[in-house]
Amino acid sequence: MPTFTYMTRCDGCGECVDICPSDIMHIDSVYRRSYNIEPNFCWECYSCVKACPQHAIDVRGYADFAPLGHSVRVRREESNGTISWKIRYRDGREKEFTFPIRTTPWGSIKPPSEYETPDANALGTPLLAHEPAALEVNALPALPQGESGNSNRNEG
Amino acid sequence: MSLFTSRKTRFVDSDILIIGGGFGGCGAAYESRYWGRDLKIVLVEKANIERSGAVAHGLSAINCYMGMRWGENQPEDFVRYARGDLMGLVREDLIFDIARHVDATVHKFEEWGLPIMKDPKTGRYLREGKWQVMIHGESYKPIIAEAARKSASEVYNRIMVTHLLMDRTHPNRVAGAVGFSVRDGGMYVFRAKAVIVAAGGASHVFKPRSSGEGAGRTWYAPWSSASAYGLVLRTGAKMIQMENRVVLSRFKDGYGPVGAWSLLLKAKNTNAYGDDYEAARFDEIKALVGKYAEISPMPTCLRNHAMLQEIKAGNGPIYMQTQKVLDTREKEEIGWEDFLDMTVSQAVVWASQNIDPKEKPSELTTSEPYIMGSHATCSGAWASGPEDCAPADYQWGYNRMTTVEGLFGAGDTIGGSAHKFSSGSFTEGRIAGKAAVKYVTELSGNPPEVDEAEIRMLQETIFRPLETYTVGRNEIVAGSVAPSYISPLQGLQRLEKIMDEYAGGIGTLYSTNEPMLNRGLELLAMLKEDLDHIGAEDIHQLQRAWELHHRVWTAEAVLRHTLYRQETRWPGYYYRGDYPRLNDADWHAFTASQYDAKTDEWHMSKLPVHHIIA
Repeated sequence: MPTFTYMTRCDGCGECVDICPSDIMHIDSVYRRSYNIEPNFCWECYSCVKACPQHAIDVRGYADFAPLGHSVRVRREESNGTISWKIRYRDGREKEFTFPIRTTPWGSIKPPSEYETPDANALGTPLLAHEPAALEVNALPALPQGESGNSNRNEG
Repeated sequence: MSLFTSRKTRFVDSDILIIGGGFGGCGAAYESRYWGRDLKIVLVEKANIERSGAVAHGLSAINCYMGMRWGENQPEDFVRYARGDLMGLVREDLIFDIARHVDATVHKFEEWGLPIMKDPKTGRYLREGKWQVMIHGESYKPIIAEAARKSASEVYNRIMVTHLLMDRTHPNRVAGAVGFSVRDGGMYVFRAKAVIVAAGGASHVFKPRSSGEGAGRTWYAPWSSASAYGLVLRTGAKMIQMENRVVLSRFKDGYGPVGAWSLLLKAKNTNAYGDDYEAARFDEIKALVGKYAEISPMPTCLRNHAMLQEIKAGNGPIYMQTQKVLDTREKEEIGWEDFLDMTVSQAVVWASQNIDPKEKPSELTTSEPYIMGSHATCSGAWASGPEDCAPADYQWGYNRMTTVEGLFGAGDTIGGSAHKFSSGSFTEGRIAGKAAVKYVTELSGNPPEVDEAEIRMLQETIFRPLETYTVGRNEIVAGSVAPSYISPLQGLQRLEKIMDEYAGGIGTLYSTNEPMLNRGLELLAMLKEDLDHIGAEDIHQLQRAWELHHRVWTAEAVLRHTLYRQETRWPGYYYRGDYPRLNDADWHAFTASQYDAKTDEWHMSKLPVHHIIA
């Protein structure tokens, strides 16, 4: 459909509504559970599937090219820093994969305002934050000598 | 008297307003906070920045990284690569600028927690190709969003920005933006000294190959609604290369990425009979475009062209021979992760169609066209270049400022600078963010002022589709057919059909000509009139209505630029049947347009391409 919600698992918490990049997961006014209001604007990005605390959302591949009988299930675990996939083929074959998603604790990024305040004069230079150190070369590269200006060669 | 004038309006003031929370916007937030410690920096996003923009899904590679610390590549090498891929026409100053900074961006991503794969022998980042590094990128966007949230003073999620606002007394200066909450329907007026547009490029301007519910599976995200151009071009900002749409050769239907398969795993593309058609067609391509055929790697458009010729010759399907390279579990994992990190749909195609890539090949095809500024294409706004390397006529103020004062851009917004991808878009956001801080710091005289009368008028305009629906719906019993309005989806389907049939979509195998483009403009003019009769049954459909506005304005620019460039510069992206050859004598230039809102006229011109890298 592409995404759909299982009636018996959804508790209407709205996490999928909050995360969907396409704004297509809405709460049904009668059943108070989520559903995909616009499958033709669903990218199968799995953002809602990964965010659902009840594992109530799944994907049935687009009807115009995906035959029935498959499933691609996912469990994303921020605390372990991993994502695990279980793929079941139409003919019953299965494959499983686990990949890392992050190497540092969630919330650990140092905000730019916690670095030393840069010299006001540096605002007029081409250097960006943390440069040149973060480039891990001695200096920000400049245009190669003799190459600036208004030459108009028709190079490929 | 409008039914909806009692709607609540909220005013938000800032020094720097960032529109769009994808990679460009997140980079702009980070850098503007670094340099502007006391500034009020507001980021507004139509979805939720945790998962928004083109990288919402995740990515399996970073496609722009020099590796200068290991002496792998220099910025000038990257300029030569991007220039070659775009058949000679790029802003070399902008590309050089991104390339010289991008390594620092990627190193920061790694420090923040993005898992970058390493080559076990060298300890360096694992290269997919010359410019690409492999990542475990499922959480790429949430990691970058965390940095942006810690940078901006305020992040407004679920606000659809519809229009930019101009200064009341200074007609070529930006003053902010307006939009509405997709949750409560309230109007938002953002007043700012500088605005950075980091909104998305465009899917769904051309009819997609997928149909029915599958229409969501475009290669570029369905929420990339051309706001980068729809917002900016209506201010009168100069736009370039809007004809330079991109077509991608990808795994059929799911649009899974091919980079890791062809570059890292070294799988080959063949026709149905196992022949290497690209090599076989080299002489034919050389006859068509001359020296450009010899560029290595062969430009993206020319590789598409070879595939299209092969399909037209009746030698399809085209296959990626995956089964010939998956000889270890490690390689199988790389192949699957490539899809699971960024295009799960392709894994769904394999599972549903019983395709095991270890056992059989997978079909490839060319996508419908997209309008973008960040991939193997460079549509977008004409921007001032870096002070220390841009030629004199490429700079008029602050880096990445458009021809409108105080209006900056990053990512898909900025034209001429192809091959930014995720890391380059974030880097361009950083460049624009620093420049905007400088602009705001140096701003003298009165700050920009929004026009109250204009805001009242825009309030009526923005919410009119709700009223149109409420009134028009009473005329009919039920259903979707009404005489006085069309839905946003019905309008979108009309747009896609016009562009597909007249502007070089899949229906004509990407071919068009002057009479077709003129006919397309006639039909588009009527669609623009009908935009005043879009009916939106709720706030969600109101978002779709305004996305459609942005797409339609962008489509008009695409038609006009395609008409103006009298050559076929990028065979494989599109063909002008009336000018089938590449013509360097007359068209080694950028096409530029400027829309004049007062007269409703478009002014077309050529701008010079300066080669500053040998």
